[in-house]
Amino acid sequence: MVAELTAPRLDVDGLLADPSIRIVVCCGAGGVGKTTTAAALGLRAAEVHGRRTVVLTIDPARRLAQSMGLTELDNTPRQVKGIDVERAGGELHAMMLDMKRTFDEVVEQHTTPKRAAEIFANPFYQAMSSTFAGTQEYMAMEKLGQLRAGEEWDLIVVDTPPSRSALDFLDAPARLSRFLDGRMLRLLLAPARTGGRSVFSLVTASFGLFSKTVQKVLGAQLLTDLSGFVAALDSMFGGFRQRADQTYRILQDPQTAFLLVAAPERDAIREAAYFAERLVAERMPLAGLVLNRMHHTELAGLSAAESEAAAARLDETGDNQVTADVLRIHASLLRQAEREAGVAAGFTGAFPAVPTTSVTAQPADVHDVDGLRTIGALLA
Amino acid sequence: MPVRLTRARNVGCMGEHRNWPERLHVVTGKGGTGKSTVAAALALGLAAGGRRTLLVEVEGRQGIAQLFGLEPLPYAERRVAQTTGGGEVRALAVDPEEALLEYLDMFYKLGAAGRALRKVGAIDFATTIAPGLRDVLLTGKVKEATTRSRDGNRFYDAVVLDAPPTGRVGRFLNVTEETARLVKVGPIKTQSEGVASLLRSPMTAVHVVTLLEEMPVQETLDAIAELSALHIPVGRVVVNGARPPLLADGRVTKAEIKRGLTAAGLPAATATVSRLATEAQAHLTRRELEESLRLELAELGRPMVELPLLPAGVDRAALGELAALLMRA
Repeated sequence: MVAELTAPRLDVDGLLADPSIRIVVCCGAGGVGKTTTAAALGLRAAEVHGRRTVVLTIDPARRLAQSMGLTELDNTPRQVKGIDVERAGGELHAMMLDMKRTFDEVVEQHTTPKRAAEIFANPFYQAMSSTFAGTQEYMAMEKLGQLRAGEEWDLIVVDTPPSRSALDFLDAPARLSRFLDGRMLRLLLAPARTGGRSVFSLVTASFGLFSKTVQKVLGAQLLTDLSGFVAALDSMFGGFRQRADQTYRILQDPQTAFLLVAAPERDAIREAAYFAERLVAERMPLAGLVLNRMHHTELAGLSAAESEAAAARLDETGDNQVTADVLRIHASLLRQAEREAGVAAGFTGAFPAVPTTSVTAQPADVHDVDGLRTIGALLA
Repeated sequence: MPVRLTRARNVGCMGEHRNWPERLHVVTGKGGTGKSTVAAALALGLAAGGRRTLLVEVEGRQGIAQLFGLEPLPYAERRVAQTTGGGEVRALAVDPEEALLEYLDMFYKLGAAGRALRKVGAIDFATTIAPGLRDVLLTGKVKEATTRSRDGNRFYDAVVLDAPPTGRVGRFLNVTEETARLVKVGPIKTQSEGVASLLRSPMTAVHVVTLLEEMPVQETLDAIAELSALHIPVGRVVVNGARPPLLADGRVTKAEIKRGLTAAGLPAATATVSRLATEAQAHLTRRELEESLRLELAELGRPMVELPLLPAGVDRAALGELAALLMRA
């Protein structure tokens, strides 16, 4: 199926069977089948390679989640039923990330119960823990760090959040810690640290203008809430940073394998290429590219042009309309396969050394364990 | 709801379009459904016959520039296409930082102080700490363009917003709620209320783009339920990438294929016939699923538009074709 691609073939089974690989991160643009790929890899690791596997999903499609026995965002790995645990002795567990709860847990671990209660009550914390751009990515990393530290799993498969850009996953922790460490926050914190009355009492004159503007635009209550929030978070800076750095180092370690997931569409391939560049730049281990939803035909001998010309001849006679339609279906399949191979070549041309595997488009969506098993076999 | 201004029928202002009467068209859809393409085609269609439209993107993707084959757009309203009768599409890529500075400048005459704010990271801070604030700035800019007038005439006949995808669009458009959690008084609150009332008025319609695939359709249903609950008017459901209805009878036999191939003068080896039959069967399976998804969408009772799959990809000419199809619908 990858005959038309020049890239080396990605050895998925080799990867899943390798006991030194402990984390597989599936990343790519939204809507390319990341979750399905992650679930299929997890299932295969458990059923075929006997590994005790957990799949961390972020925002799975409802029916896919149900097929794995996940009904709520509860941060708890649940064993997936209906898989063959006898054959190789592996297990598959799956969990959905609860972003807010994970954030709450981080706060609880890093501060006193009294402080935690204050933080939870702050409207900024509430906004940030549920909507801050990057919180989901950061918490996915945090959860991954926790799962890895527990040493409970042979293999952790991570489905990254459906970000606007695949790169957000790598940037979010840095952004959050930059944010928490930023100059702005320091300025806001200055009075809280010294016990000053006014939020901006100790800062420079040029900042005075800003504070006046902010007060006018946003109101004083907001500043009070904000300063309370950052003062509370201040006590946790060190911990936050350290954990983000730790997880980042795990991702650079050879125990981790990054798989880029893409569909043969221009945007998705472009995202995959950006991501590949970043992984190389960050010295993170890029294992390969998974091309989902590829079309192909077993009937290479009958070209699209021939099929269309024949369909037109049949149209003229008015008989054999069924065959005319069948020929058009074949022609459009050929053209689609050709187009997809062209789009995919945009990646393989830029990264010829990245191993690649492709998965044939399924006529219907995958939402049961059998479907995942099929995808797993196609991947390998 | 603001009353529409009466105006002379001249310079780029022709009043509402017969089939698309709203002034602000918000286009959403799951990622990968082609919502940006549909937004661009809609802006193009609505600009036909001497009208002027504005196509806005808010996610920093520079998707408009790519669609029209242009260099990345600055934060300024630039003409990206001309249409019949002297019409034009302008485009704007809204940047939250620029929007905040512009906003502060408008109300507070900040000048150089605004640039100083950026230096200390204040803008980054303000737009990061509370995405609700950022969204108010983005939608605020859209509102300003939608309601802008010049010499008593509205400046744009229509504004088309290439909005965030279905999963985030409810939160994005529900600006008051998000902002009210943080801001109790002041101009930001006033601004967010202005945006909220425009978005809930008959001047606005949110169109949802989908493919006939399970996930996009599910997200379409979810988004429409969410928007309805927020009292934000839902416009059309745009089914993108629709395939021509081949094998309408829904069945095919190998004998028929063999006979047809022979009649067309093609070799009809058994292997060829059976592979064609397999492909046809996969097509039928796919189509059956598409049909049931189409029914699910139809049950919403919303006006539906279908746009064809463009096998060769989208260029300026293809955008024009899609625009024409949209305007007829």
